[in-house]
Amino acid sequence: MKQSSHRPPQAAHKAQRASRKPQRQEPEAKPRPTGAVAARTRLGDRWHSWLGHHREMAVEALRRFFAAPLASGMTALVIAIALALPAALQLGLLNFQRAVAGWDGQPQISVFLHKDARDTAVQSFAGELRADPAVTEVTYISPEEALREFQQASGLGDALAGLGANPLPAVLLVRPRDTASDRLEALASQLRDSALTDAVVLDMAWVQRLAQLTELGRRLSAGLALLLALGVLLVVVNTIRLHIESRREEILVVKLVGGTDAFVRRPFLYSGLCYGVAGGLLAWLLVSGGAALLSGPVSALASSYDSGYALRGPGFSYLLALTGGAALLGLLGAWVAVARHIKAIEPR
Amino acid sequence: MITFDSVNKRYESGQDALVRVSLDIGRGDMVFLTGHSGAGKSTLLKLLTAIERPTRGSILVAGQNLGRLRNGQIPYYRRNLGIVFQNHQLLFDRNVFDNVALPLSVAGCSKREVGRRVRAALDKVGLLHKEKQNPIVLSGGEQQRVGIARAVVNKPAILVADEPTGNLDPQLSAEIMQLFADFNAVGVTVMVASHDLELIARMKRRVLTLQAGQLIYDGVPGREAVIP
Repeated sequence: MKQSSHRPPQAAHKAQRASRKPQRQEPEAKPRPTGAVAARTRLGDRWHSWLGHHREMAVEALRRFFAAPLASGMTALVIAIALALPAALQLGLLNFQRAVAGWDGQPQISVFLHKDARDTAVQSFAGELRADPAVTEVTYISPEEALREFQQASGLGDALAGLGANPLPAVLLVRPRDTASDRLEALASQLRDSALTDAVVLDMAWVQRLAQLTELGRRLSAGLALLLALGVLLVVVNTIRLHIESRREEILVVKLVGGTDAFVRRPFLYSGLCYGVAGGLLAWLLVSGGAALLSGPVSALASSYDSGYALRGPGFSYLLALTGGAALLGLLGAWVAVARHIKAIEPR
Repeated sequence: MITFDSVNKRYESGQDALVRVSLDIGRGDMVFLTGHSGAGKSTLLKLLTAIERPTRGSILVAGQNLGRLRNGQIPYYRRNLGIVFQNHQLLFDRNVFDNVALPLSVAGCSKREVGRRVRAALDKVGLLHKEKQNPIVLSGGEQQRVGIARAVVNKPAILVADEPTGNLDPQLSAEIMQLFADFNAVGVTVMVASHDLELIARMKRRVLTLQAGQLIYDGVPGREAVIP
């Protein structure tokens, strides 16, 4: 019998309700003599309370997440694995592209000449090519030069010396001006038509193949990412559905005391967000861990090729993209779950 | 305050739960709703709390036509009602204070205001000293009083109770009824559905009796004549 013994708690309800919804409550807006003025819910108060409820629900969602760490952790890990796979693939592609970045510069056409082609004919052919506007540079490698180079690079000098005759043909290295693939093909076929030519190798071919392979990988990873994102969505939908089921009683009571759908939805949306963020962070940790494990062997491999290449790990941008994307997926999944299931829980 | 105008309610199963029910309950009245189970008491309360909609006829509560209420308006309508359930519907994952505070946090009250009003409501039902306890450790009568505190904490104009004394012994039942009478005394319109005829008779209030979906009695009875 303290603060309210002199004043019935419900005495001010008319005045207070009238202030909340004047358009509907006009007929009963007559204030009671004992009305408590402070009992009104002012707009500012309601705004603060709305913010407060958001904050409360966010904290509550975190509390619930950590209240069952094993279950939450497993759900988050499922999300993390599903997201880490495409992220790792994407990162791998990125690193691969970086590693081969030096290779896709100027394409080069190697023209292997007939072994019995006379030197003068070869020289005049080279001169013709130099005059061709489609060609920027022609390098002549005589059979002797080719042999020297090969001996140095391969270390098979003695074996080659044993052969007696030089087995290597003369080669013209042609740098085309235009690197569009159809022009290259046209130039290559023109070179092939020459009587002196034995074979033409378009170095571009495997650069193109590499590019196509990279593109293939990119599409594969995008498709995989799409599928796995759908998987993440379903995991979240199912998890939130279970949450909703387990809090059925509470939802019913909240609806009966005048809770709006938005009020009922809020804690579940925050839970979905929690799963998403946790899954995203874990995914980033997984990818980082994987990159850290691989970076040693990769740099060893690179240094054996005399390259200073180092594996690039998932940086801050991956952290942002993974947690942001996963948070969105979590929120979306929770939204799908509440849209489907909270409507179904109505007092009967 | 509450007006039913030839209200029919037919469920999808084809069962007629209410047939041409007309009644008028003034502001500040206290009425008892009685009848056998299946007579339509629950249906009438469900219509009043906007859980169900009438098939025909209109229901006016404080000037609002419940048949025309949009789904989005229902929560706001319910905030003007205090509802007490037979099984009290308390949540056992939180303490007494938080249970009673639920309608206020739903309506968006400030923290300070919530504390003040919850304590006032708990004080009214005599459970102020138990605010920190979990309702699961309270007795049946105490749980019901927590339910009543939750129903009145938002200072509703109308208090609706469905068999509030269903599981209680006679003395506790009388106490609970007295509590409703106290709220009525300060101007709250009270409607109590009950089949405890003895208790109803002792209260000497207006009684509505339903039978097979029809209103067959409306008046202040003597002890014998509640149900013919």
